[in-house]
Amino acid sequence: MTVIEEPEARIGLPRLNEPAPEFDAVTTHGALKLADFEGSWLILFSHPADFTPVCTTEFIAFAEIYPELQKRGCELIGLSIDSLYAHIAWVRNIEEKAGVKIPFPVIADLDRKVATAFGMVMPGESKTEASRCVFVIDPKGILRAMIYYPLSTGRNMDEMLRLIDALQTADANNVATPANWRPGDKVLVGAPKTTELAEERVAEGLECVDWYLCKKSL
Amino acid sequence: MPCVQPDGTLSTTGRLMLSAVQTNSTVEDVATTTGMVLYRVRSVLRELIEAGFVVEANGRFSQTEQGAAKASKPG
Repeated sequence: MTVIEEPEARIGLPRLNEPAPEFDAVTTHGALKLADFEGSWLILFSHPADFTPVCTTEFIAFAEIYPELQKRGCELIGLSIDSLYAHIAWVRNIEEKAGVKIPFPVIADLDRKVATAFGMVMPGESKTEASRCVFVIDPKGILRAMIYYPLSTGRNMDEMLRLIDALQTADANNVATPANWRPGDKVLVGAPKTTELAEERVAEGLECVDWYLCKKSL
Repeated sequence: MPCVQPDGTLSTTGRLMLSAVQTNSTVEDVATTTGMVLYRVRSVLRELIEAGFVVEANGRFSQTEQGAAKASKPG
C-alpha cells in the first residue's frame, strides 16, 4: 500500500540568540525581506486566520501599541496562512468597522515558507493555521525572544512592550530584569562566578538578599 | 510589484520615493526626505531598481535616465 505523507508542517523551532530565519515575503506593504528591517527591532507575529474574532481584537490591539513600539525603535509585521487579497480585505474591514487603520505589513504566507521556517504551525492545534506566535528580532537580525499562545487566547500587548523594554534595558546596561519588572524598577546584577567575586559583591553596597541575588537602580 | 505597475506606472509611494532619490542618496537620506520608515524605503528602492528607474552602487542610490524621465512626468 502506498502511503501518501502530508508535507512536513514543522521542521523545527528557531533558536534564541541565533540569526532569525531569513524571509522574502509577499505582504500588504509589498515584497519585504527580513534584511529590510536591519537596524530596527522587529516583532514578527502570526495569527491563525483573517476574519476571525480573537485575531481581529489582536490586530486592533497591535495597531494601538504600534506608536509605542516605534518610540522604542521597533517595527511590527504580522503573518497568517492566508492570501494577500484576504489580508487586504480584512485590514480594510477592520478600518471600516472598527475605525482602526492597520499601520504594519501583513505577510501572506500561503506556501507556509515563513511559518515553517519559524515553527509557527502546531499540528496538534491546527494543521492549516499558524498559532499565535511572537518572535522578537533585534537590530542585528538575532532572534531574542519567542512567545507561543494557543488559538483560544489573545495576546497581552502590555507584555509585548514590557518585553521590548526589558531586552533593550538588559542590552544597554548588561543586567537582567526580575519577574514582573517594569521600566524604572530595580534590575538584577549578574551572579558572581567565583567565591572571591561573591565576597566582593556583598561589600559593593548593592541591595542584596544574598550574594547571588542583588538588585540595583539604573 | 506594488509600487511599479506592469505598464511602468508608479503608485503614489513609488513616485514619492523616486523623486526623493538624488545622486548618491543613502537609504537614510530617502527615508528622511519621504518620512517613510527604513524597511519600506529599502523595499520600494528594490522595486525601483528592478524596474530600471534607480541604480545602486556601494549602498548609494541614483536615478537612471529612465528614472529621471519618469520622475519629471506628471501623474
